[in-house]
Amino acid sequence: MPDLSSLALNLDAILPELIMVLAALAVMIADMFSSDRRPGLRNALPWLAMAGILLAGAAGVWLWNRPTASFQGMAASDHFALTLNFVVLTAAALAVLVGVNAIPLINKQTGEYYTLLLLASAGMMTMGASTDLITTFLALEIFSLALYILSGLHRDNPRSTEASMKYFLLGAFASAFFAYGAALLYGASGSTRYDAIGSVLSSGQGDPYLLYFGLGLLIAGFGFKISLVPFHMWTPDVYQGAPTPVTAFMSAGTKAAGFAALIRLLLVALPAQQATWAWPLAIIAVITMTLGNLAALRQSSLKRMLAYSSIAHAGYVLVALVPGTAEGANAALFYLFTYAFMNIGAFAIVIALEQAHEDDALRNRAASIAQRWPLLALAMGLFMFSLSGMPPLAGFFGKFFVFKAAVDGGWTWLAAIGMINSAIGVYYYLRVIVTMYFEEPTAESAPDRRMWPALRAGLVITAALTVVIGLYPSPWMGLFRTTFGG
Amino acid sequence: MSFSIPYLLSIITFLPLLGAIVVAVWGDDAAKKQTALIFSLVTFAVSLLLLVNWQDGVPGMQFLEEAAWFPEYGMTYLMGVDGISLFLVLLTTLLMPIAIYFSNLYVHEQAGLYLGLMLLLETAMIGVFLALDLVLFFVFFEFSLIPMYLLIGKWGGANRVYAALKFFVYTFAGSALMLVAILVVYFNTGAFNLLEMDGSRIAPAIQTWAFLAFALAFAIKVPIFPFHTWLPDAHVQAPTAGSIILAGVLLKMGTYGYLRFAIPLFPEAAARFGPWIAGLAVIGILYGALVALVQKDVKSLVAYSSVAHLGYVMLGVVALNQQGVSGAVLQMVNHGLSTGALFLMVGLLYERRHTRMLDDFGGLWQSVPVFCGFFLVVIMSSAALPGLNGFVGEFSILLGAYAAWPVLAVLGALGVILAAWYLLTAFRHIAQGPLTNPQNDKAHLPDLRRGEIAMLLPLVLLFFIIGLFPNLFLDKINPSVESLVQNPAIVMKVER
Repeated sequence: MPDLSSLALNLDAILPELIMVLAALAVMIADMFSSDRRPGLRNALPWLAMAGILLAGAAGVWLWNRPTASFQGMAASDHFALTLNFVVLTAAALAVLVGVNAIPLINKQTGEYYTLLLLASAGMMTMGASTDLITTFLALEIFSLALYILSGLHRDNPRSTEASMKYFLLGAFASAFFAYGAALLYGASGSTRYDAIGSVLSSGQGDPYLLYFGLGLLIAGFGFKISLVPFHMWTPDVYQGAPTPVTAFMSAGTKAAGFAALIRLLLVALPAQQATWAWPLAIIAVITMTLGNLAALRQSSLKRMLAYSSIAHAGYVLVALVPGTAEGANAALFYLFTYAFMNIGAFAIVIALEQAHEDDALRNRAASIAQRWPLLALAMGLFMFSLSGMPPLAGFFGKFFVFKAAVDGGWTWLAAIGMINSAIGVYYYLRVIVTMYFEEPTAESAPDRRMWPALRAGLVITAALTVVIGLYPSPWMGLFRTTFGG
Repeated sequence: MSFSIPYLLSIITFLPLLGAIVVAVWGDDAAKKQTALIFSLVTFAVSLLLLVNWQDGVPGMQFLEEAAWFPEYGMTYLMGVDGISLFLVLLTTLLMPIAIYFSNLYVHEQAGLYLGLMLLLETAMIGVFLALDLVLFFVFFEFSLIPMYLLIGKWGGANRVYAALKFFVYTFAGSALMLVAILVVYFNTGAFNLLEMDGSRIAPAIQTWAFLAFALAFAIKVPIFPFHTWLPDAHVQAPTAGSIILAGVLLKMGTYGYLRFAIPLFPEAAARFGPWIAGLAVIGILYGALVALVQKDVKSLVAYSSVAHLGYVMLGVVALNQQGVSGAVLQMVNHGLSTGALFLMVGLLYERRHTRMLDDFGGLWQSVPVFCGFFLVVIMSSAALPGLNGFVGEFSILLGAYAAWPVLAVLGALGVILAAWYLLTAFRHIAQGPLTNPQNDKAHLPDLRRGEIAMLLPLVLLFFIIGLFPNLFLDKINPSVESLVQNPAIVMKVER
């Protein structure tokens, strides 16, 4: 019988998540009162969501020097959690900006987008804060359910419905894997709390078979969420079918959240088993990078190409986890931070092109926009070069620190394979440049060159940070500190 | 007498970047062209301050600049110049206004973007020659790919997209493993900063792999046979100014990389693989020359001649003795001047006749005597005629190579004969013989204009100055080379 006084809730630890949930409720309520006759309220919804995101960010800043834990050690607001919060909030804020005008075109109930976006973000943030298998599972379900619905937001489009259905079915399996794995790990260690699991297992107790089987299932569950091969099958279809603002958010946010929870699980609960999980993860990383890149080479749709490229990027991030060091964890989070800017930026361009009614084929979509739309092409060029890891852009330093962590941890060959892979990747990113800059226009009519102000703001922010982080990474990287616990 | 300004190296490096930004945002095409030219000329003028303030006899780095860039990870913004890099920087700043002036005359499609990219490229190239921090160097080294890729892909010939892609992917793939090797160096020495690094601390087994990774990246850049296949494509397809810069400067980033990084960081591995690289260099000399002999397109003839000429430079570099390395450094500059001038002349011819096939020409002495006069001097310089610049460099390289590997040196010397053969063949096809094609007569083919002569004149003057007074240059090159040759592992002595 636990001491009831210890149940006294310390809500500080989940303050940012709480703010996000409250903002979601506020958006939902405001949405109820909005109608076609009162468009003002509906137009205010995105800014209400944005206010919630900024407030949550401010709460994170406030908590920075007051790390605390709560719910009997099931959640913590340590530097690691707060850092992840910032990454997720960045992705959410950008998703609001790029969605403001794009979402009403596909679904009139715009409130749903912002509500679900905020709820999904809250779930993702909880993934970073979670210090317990149960909390992690809860967080996983919160953001997954929201994302299933978000993928199907474009109800008139069968691809969107298919994406939602596929994501849901496969996601349900993954959740089951995760729950089963968590149960086995509990069986092996007698606790669901990461630190307790860690201390039991590092003292050599615990049934090894339960442990390894459980760990395998947990990695499968995470692998699905962060698109590791061979759990990646859903990614291209869902990324392509889902409304593009949702894809943009999903690609950056889900990965960050999944990796954050995986990092905490591996480094806090299972550090003693590093020798056991390092090799499987290394092999998965190699397969994921290689397959993602090779498949991306063959894509003709820009969105699908970006989907496969996101699989390859998951492989790069996984490289940083293999050595099991704090340096690697920092590098992974930093990578995901830079990835949020360049990838959401790239998807924002896709939105701009969709708005201009250009079709999905890579050729037609991007052909010669350099001449018709020079600044857009410049931004896309930045994102593509950054994704391919060219200096002096953000993506270069993302890769640099990931591979540095691998080399410092004694995994030089893995870093070498990662670099060879990024050389393969260059080819398909350059194809976008080729179609933009080197080919003659195929479309006869000039596209609508008006750009929504919010989308433009999103593009300016992502492009600027892609350059600034690349030129001067020091202060940004300085933010990423893997300190677990209070 | 001295006139020094603080942050001289940064100013030289980033003045073109500033120019690129100005060109991007301001003015119509005519104004952009003028702005770009002015920026490149000012950069050249400022870079001459390096000569004015040069301290003779100092082997180490001069004009050092250091600033924190990423202190937690040991990355610094560290720039410096020594005898090895001095003339490469000056070569870059000299060739750029010439290339830009040529572009101003003949490039009309989106000239602003074109010139902006040229200036960006200049920043990247100068940065490569000045950076003394491995990461900083890598950033400049890789970044130089982007503008060159766009220049070839957008303004190149019929097969430009393929050539640009091949250039980019080939070079990027080559340097991918170099980044891993840089990280390995950091892991073993605790520094990215060359001045704080002691190459002898890296264990021999690690040296081998890390050297090979560096060597591969630079071998593709140089290019050393058999990694040269991207070069003819890129050169033939590139616009003229791109070819001038590509041959004149970009290739030297490879040979310079050996001298600045691969050899000092991994001296033991470099000594071990030296003979192999020398062997490949000699194959490159002979192969490049033989292939150049049978080319019908004069531009690809010049491209293959670059493979052969860079073979000499590599032969001198890996000989690792005073004559060899000094000759190689001088020859880098010589090749930049001669081949730059060759591409320039081919470009001038192409803009007039819109063909580069040797068979389309003949008897040009009669119609364009001034052009042919210059062309002959440039050809002679490239063929290493005594009294001109090429001779000094190649002779010194062969002396050095002979001391190290006599057989290879003798084989390499054969290349000198072959070079004279293919270059004079090209000249005979273009300038001599009867004037059969009416399109080549005076009425259709204007001779060089004053501005065009002004582009060529500084290059031709330098041919003679280097050829007749090589010590003006070698005196500045030698101290740094001496210290490198005597003890490669001690990277540099700092003179602050």
